[in-house]
Amino acid sequence: MDKILTRYGDNYIAELTPEEIRADIEDGTADAADRAQIPPLSKDEMDYLYEIITCPQKIVSVVPGKEVVVSFDAGTLKLSVRNGIPLDRLQAILTQERALASDSIELCHVDYSYKPIKPIISEERQAMEQAQLLTTLPVLYGAMPNMGLYTKPDGPCENWAELLPAGKIPEARAAQEEAIEHAIRDIVFVASGMIESGADGINFDTVGASGDADVKASLEAVRILKAKYPTTGFEVGMAGEFNLGMHGQLAFDDEIIAGLYPHQQVKMAERAGVSIFGMAINTNSSMSLAWNLARVVTFAKATVAVAEIPVHANVGMGVGGVPLSIIPSADAVSRVDKALIEIGGVDGL
Amino acid sequence: MAVTHESCAGMGGIRGAGDLVFRMELQGYKINDAKKYVAEKLHCPVSYLADCAEMKDLREDLNIGTTQVRPNAGIGMQTKFRIAEILDIPINSVEKFKKEAGI
Repeated sequence: MDKILTRYGDNYIAELTPEEIRADIEDGTADAADRAQIPPLSKDEMDYLYEIITCPQKIVSVVPGKEVVVSFDAGTLKLSVRNGIPLDRLQAILTQERALASDSIELCHVDYSYKPIKPIISEERQAMEQAQLLTTLPVLYGAMPNMGLYTKPDGPCENWAELLPAGKIPEARAAQEEAIEHAIRDIVFVASGMIESGADGINFDTVGASGDADVKASLEAVRILKAKYPTTGFEVGMAGEFNLGMHGQLAFDDEIIAGLYPHQQVKMAERAGVSIFGMAINTNSSMSLAWNLARVVTFAKATVAVAEIPVHANVGMGVGGVPLSIIPSADAVSRVDKALIEIGGVDGL
Repeated sequence: MAVTHESCAGMGGIRGAGDLVFRMELQGYKINDAKKYVAEKLHCPVSYLADCAEMKDLREDLNIGTTQVRPNAGIGMQTKFRIAEILDIPINSVEKFKKEAGI
């Protein structure tokens, strides 16, 4: 039997039979459905996903009329830092707008967390003000809440990652509760400055990377900022498909944060005042594109179905079904986009 | 990767109406509602919004910025003054500019 050229989650080529691909799609959707207690894909949806994955063309695209908008994390780090192109951030923004046809862009600092922006807020505001004068597209400011920066020796709090293995659970929880207060204060300070310098929105990137405390700090900060700047947009991009319970007892509006999957995360984000929710589903590098994509689309469909705000699928390297590689193949990336939009129904990428 | 996303699935930024639709998503509109809102304000079909041929003409007529910066073509802040008026939404940087320029 002829084999079909596809990919593994590590970006390398896989040659699979049609039966193997169909089995991976069934396993992938079943895995998501079982973990999050959400419906699996229907037979028609699995058939369409099979068509997308096995399409003989190298690159696929969405049906005209189904296009969505794109947003960015680490916006001005991509060309100037990761690609090593000697561009000022303003040049990078204009390149994104006028050469790469981006729908939006994000101004950010190389030390991509809210805490280290505080001492250089004046310079960051100046960069935002200049960018706003020269651009047409929406320019957001973004960084990560990054709660780990508040632990000793870099910050004032005890390190819960050291306390937990030592069995010091109450101490670990107290340290996280202390760090939450510092993070909220820093995020509100930085975001307020950037909004007052003309930012079209604020992006919270990799929310939950340090666990449920990270989520709580971010959502509490959004709530404060939304009350202060009601016409400003706030995008929250998650760190993963499941809120880790590093604390375990933290709640937002009386709902426990730990353990939430994307279709639950988005409802909590809505209550906080988030404008755009960034769903992040981890790619398993050992499994095929078919398995990963079936899984991701299952989560996406359930999340979009309950969301009242736009849902953007995080489709960077190693999330959203995109292979875990710094140079993910265009054939895989294009299939991820098509499936997430046409089956998952996402509002953006 | 970003180029693949934009080519396969994006609205083309200021080649199309991606920037305008994104502004409506920032207001909390889901994609289809955002497209419908923008199309109504531009007095064009939704199908024009990701079509660079139609949007080039429309954007030039409205002077709301395109990828080509030609003499007398709107760029930067001046385009956002027009976009705020057309979409009937406040744009933060426009409000700041007005305040600081005493407009």
